[in-house]
Amino acid sequence: MDVFSDPTNFETYKVGFLWILKLTAAGTVGSVVLGVVLAAMRVSPIPVLRGFGTGWVNLFRNTPLTLIVFFCYFGLYSALGLELSDDIDRNNYWLGVVGLSVYTAAFVCEAIRSGINTVPAGQAEAARAIGMSFLQTLTVVILPQAARAVVAPLGSIFIALAKNSTIVGTIGLMESSSAMKELINANGDAVVPIFLVFAGTFALVLIPTGYLFGWLANRLAVKR
Amino acid sequence: MTTSEPLIVLEHVNKHFGPLHVLQDVSLTVSRGEVVVVIGPSGSGKSTLCRAINRLEPIDGGTITFDGRPLPAEGKALARLRSEVGMVFQSFNLFAHKTILQNVMLGPVKVRKEKPDSVRERAMSLLDRVGIASQADKYPAQLSGGQQQRVAIARALAMQPKALLFDEPTSALDPEMVGEVLDVMTSLAKDGMTMVVVTHEMGFARHAADRVVFMADGQLVEESTPVDFFENPKSERARDFLSKILTH
Repeated sequence: MDVFSDPTNFETYKVGFLWILKLTAAGTVGSVVLGVVLAAMRVSPIPVLRGFGTGWVNLFRNTPLTLIVFFCYFGLYSALGLELSDDIDRNNYWLGVVGLSVYTAAFVCEAIRSGINTVPAGQAEAARAIGMSFLQTLTVVILPQAARAVVAPLGSIFIALAKNSTIVGTIGLMESSSAMKELINANGDAVVPIFLVFAGTFALVLIPTGYLFGWLANRLAVKR
Repeated sequence: MTTSEPLIVLEHVNKHFGPLHVLQDVSLTVSRGEVVVVIGPSGSGKSTLCRAINRLEPIDGGTITFDGRPLPAEGKALARLRSEVGMVFQSFNLFAHKTILQNVMLGPVKVRKEKPDSVRERAMSLLDRVGIASQADKYPAQLSGGQQQRVAIARALAMQPKALLFDEPTSALDPEMVGEVLDVMTSLAKDGMTMVVVTHEMGFARHAADRVVFMADGQLVEESTPVDFFENPKSERARDFLSKILTH
């Protein structure tokens, strides 16, 4: 544990996990917003939108995240010149958020869509019968019930997102897995303790997160 | 209370479900203030007929006009029409994630963009009318079937509809809860609400209907006053049906 009593090393550890937290937070927001829109597209009566949603899910769910994050860096940034910040770290961070969001959105979309299937058809009929539009029916009646049905699987997706955030290290962001690699390179005699501290930190945060989502799922469940 | 002014007019309506011809050349006129009860054996097309009137089931042929205008095919115009035609379902279909009061207020607030404060007052008086005011803050799953169905009626009434459609409103209820729902429907009928009621409740058909329509195999077989229909059915099919249900 001597490794972490060195202030520089501790800073590396701390900054690494702060990046993971930020990536996870921004990725959650981005993937939920995108995922809900995609799910709405997939159940919409308009064939073009349905096709777009299906295409998105098939493309991003079946492409390795590493490839997507690489593409965000080498494709969007290097080749196409998309610069999201002047600061190089911030730029890599935002490129990572884009990659994580478009990828995770595919999973969020499918979770929400399976939630929509748990809402009885009569709910939508009743909404239409009082004169609600398709969008109102979806946003006021269907999605709130669908979301409550998929809190637990969404929790799993967000936990996976937190761990997947380490992939942004591959495009140069000093997040926790890169930080761990750096500490191990410099302290070859303490590989196991370093690994345990990094892995333990993830577990310490994510295990309660899993229980929190389980508890929320019970609390928010719609009684029928 | 019935006027001769037609509100709902179906002309030569046809509807198929795949190879099944569920509505065969059905023509029916419902006047303003009239209570029409549709009865007939299962699978005769009664529910489809009822659902066609607010286009929850689109039809393949013929025309349906409501209040002088043909039913819009889709979009805003269709939504507006539906807001003027209340519907009560067999399975209640109350919004499960909303309280009783929210269920009743949702239509006026979201669809009509009325102010929540004035809607709340109207919703509470409607809940009072159907005898559920004390349960306003509960969720649908906490209520009995009969109570849920009365809330569903209040929800339909909150839109101040020109007509109400009932699709077997008591078929999913325990026997002891049928009466409380029929009481509410009877009082609506007395107040002059235009109603199309698909039901197996022959007692309600007898005492609350202005006219009874008998359907079988997708066809409108017979229509007459309740007294005529129950005392003196003209068609063989209706006699057969009545003999099966009235002898027990």
